Amino acid sequence: MTSTVTLTLNGESRIFDAPEKGSLSVQGLLILLELDMRKVAVELNEEIVPRSRYLETWLASGDSLEIVHFIGGG
Amino acid sequence: MDGSITGEDTWTVAGRTFRSRLIVGTGRYKDLEETGAAIEASGAEIVTVAVRRVNLSDPKAPMLQDYVDPKKFTYLPNTAGCFTAREAVRTLRLAREAGGWNLVKLEVLGPAPLLYPDMPGTFEAAAELIKDGFEVMVYCADDPLAAKRLEDMGCVAIMPLGAPIGSGLGLQNPAMLSMIMENVKVPFVVDAGVGTASDAVIAMELGCDAVLLNSAIAHAKNPVTMAKAMKHAVQAGRLAHLAGRMPRRMGADPSSPLTGLIR
Repeated sequence: MTSTVTLTLNGESRIFDAPEKGSLSVQGLLILLELDMRKVAVELNEEIVPRSRYLETWLASGDSLEIVHFIGGG
Repeated sequence: MDGSITGEDTWTVAGRTFRSRLIVGTGRYKDLEETGAAIEASGAEIVTVAVRRVNLSDPKAPMLQDYVDPKKFTYLPNTAGCFTAREAVRTLRLAREAGGWNLVKLEVLGPAPLLYPDMPGTFEAAAELIKDGFEVMVYCADDPLAAKRLEDMGCVAIMPLGAPIGSGLGLQNPAMLSMIMENVKVPFVVDAGVGTASDAVIAMELGCDAVLLNSAIAHAKNPVTMAKAMKHAVQAGRLAHLAGRMPRRMGADPSSPLTGLIR
């Protein structure tokens, strides 16, 4: 039986399959979402996750993430 | 300064030196192609950008960086849409992580329809950001006391409005801007209110170090042509400021000699 992780991403609830071994990391999530890691920034439960720690920052059900990028603005 | 132009006329903010005195926003364009073309035509070296949630349902959508190269232009992340100090600080911390830039534009806004700078919120956010190592260019009211206080706190540029954001009304406060400028030592930039090229000329003639605008270009019928107009307007205004205008006089003073006339 695969376990799942329920996360709030940019205000929306999403369910992901947890990896077979261990848990889902921020890096793993960004890969699942097909996002270019060099162009986004991530906040986990209102704390910035530095890019250097994506690999070792583990996610658990109930976590809330903001994933942002730059857009046109004045 | 005697108005003669020797060498390059540059300005420096937070240790970074620029030739262009036009800072442009990247918002409100029809599409990213038009954004890129207008920014290029404006000759600007600094562009303001917003920080927003990624559209997770379309992760491969083109991004601003594909059209406005962050290696070529200095990205100045803003806090547009932030109505509290907390939102503004959070937004800029994310911007720093996304791009690695410490130089930011802080704006904490009051409610629509004026979106007037909320100065108590701005002071609070500026203090927090400066403590956290940011270099803060700050959008503010045309208030001499607020401008001085922000400079004393360590803001690297003071950027009062000439009229409400996106109004295109032109500078409604040239005398007040001049008076504030007198007492500010860091770069002084008019941010918001410019509607057309003559407004940018006036800002530069007053002695501003630079002009920041977005809608005046993005909402022109032809943004790329208006971007060119703004480039020349800022240069013309700057030159007129350096040259020093003639005195105003009440009455005529003929340009042709009054002697040697035929009788």
